[in-house]
Amino acid sequence: MKLTINGEECAFAALPDVAALVATLGLDARKVAVERNLEIVPRSAYGATALVDGDRIEIVHFIGGG
Amino acid sequence: MDGAGAGQATQIAGSMAEDTWSVAGRTFRSRLIVGTGKYKDYAQNAAAAEAAGAEIVTVALRRVNLSDPSQPMLVDYVKPDRFTFLPNTAGCYTGEEAVRTLRLAREAGGWDLVKLEVLSNTKHLLPDMEETLRALKLLVAEGFQVMVYCTDDPVYAQKLEDAGAAAIMPLGAPIGSGRGIQNQLNLGLIIEQAKVPVLVDAGVGTASDAAIAMELGCDAVLMNTAIAEAKDPIRMARAMRHAVIAGREAYLAGRMPRRMYADPSSPLAGLI
Repeated sequence: MKLTINGEECAFAALPDVAALVATLGLDARKVAVERNLEIVPRSAYGATALVDGDRIEIVHFIGGG
Repeated sequence: MDGAGAGQATQIAGSMAEDTWSVAGRTFRSRLIVGTGKYKDYAQNAAAAEAAGAEIVTVALRRVNLSDPSQPMLVDYVKPDRFTFLPNTAGCYTGEEAVRTLRLAREAGGWDLVKLEVLSNTKHLLPDMEETLRALKLLVAEGFQVMVYCTDDPVYAQKLEDAGAAAIMPLGAPIGSGRGIQNQLNLGLIIEQAKVPVLVDAGVGTASDAAIAMELGCDAVLMNTAIAEAKDPIRMARAMRHAVIAGREAYLAGRMPRRMYADPSSPLAGLI
């Protein structure tokens, strides 16, 4: 399936949900926030949020800033 | 204990009573908020925040690096259980961008206390106050507690407060300029009228600037570059901690009047 993640097109074997995507990317779910098609995905809903071909995903975290 | 002794003890206890400030229902002892940008690395950043005695740190929200998920992460060094994270909207130029960023920040951190900054252009980084006020109203409607970076304009400061700002954060000088407190008169007016905390945010260059801000009576000071770009950031963080305490103490103590002419400190009576 194809997803646009942080502005980049990525191809994956079928991923069922956001939880699977975060795990596949090697990210710690406790340290990131996810937006799917401009909607926030609550951390508690990663496993219940299905991914669809063409989804636009943003995955962000805290970095240094003033 | 005799009467005089008890009186003295009471006085000392009074002067040592804990001096705290509160924003959005949270109470803090430290009046120095530090940023987490521009440091050599996160380890130096964490050491500076500790040396500053800070309880709140500002943080930014950005895309994760998908090509290297093992790179160091801020939260592994500057820990959210040690510091209150204040997510900012740096880089946002519209209210909608700010709202989107802070929704993600709320999900990432679980806090609704945020710093709103809506800038105008990249040269002077001064806030776009019309857009800032509009963004504030959007955020307040979504239940955020918003500390608002703003110009040193008492009229806009009042509008922000009326719109529900949790704190007013006027600049001392442009972000990263290190030019010190440029308009003490306006800051004084903002502090006098505000019923929410007022923090000087941006413009501090060295310790005396922080002391001046606190002597004006503001509740706290927020800085990043003055510490991060010092030759020795840890030492400057310590200097800032002392400066903020000194300025606050001087404000509470109440300064002497300014006089035109000298006034001798040694008595003139009894001269030989």
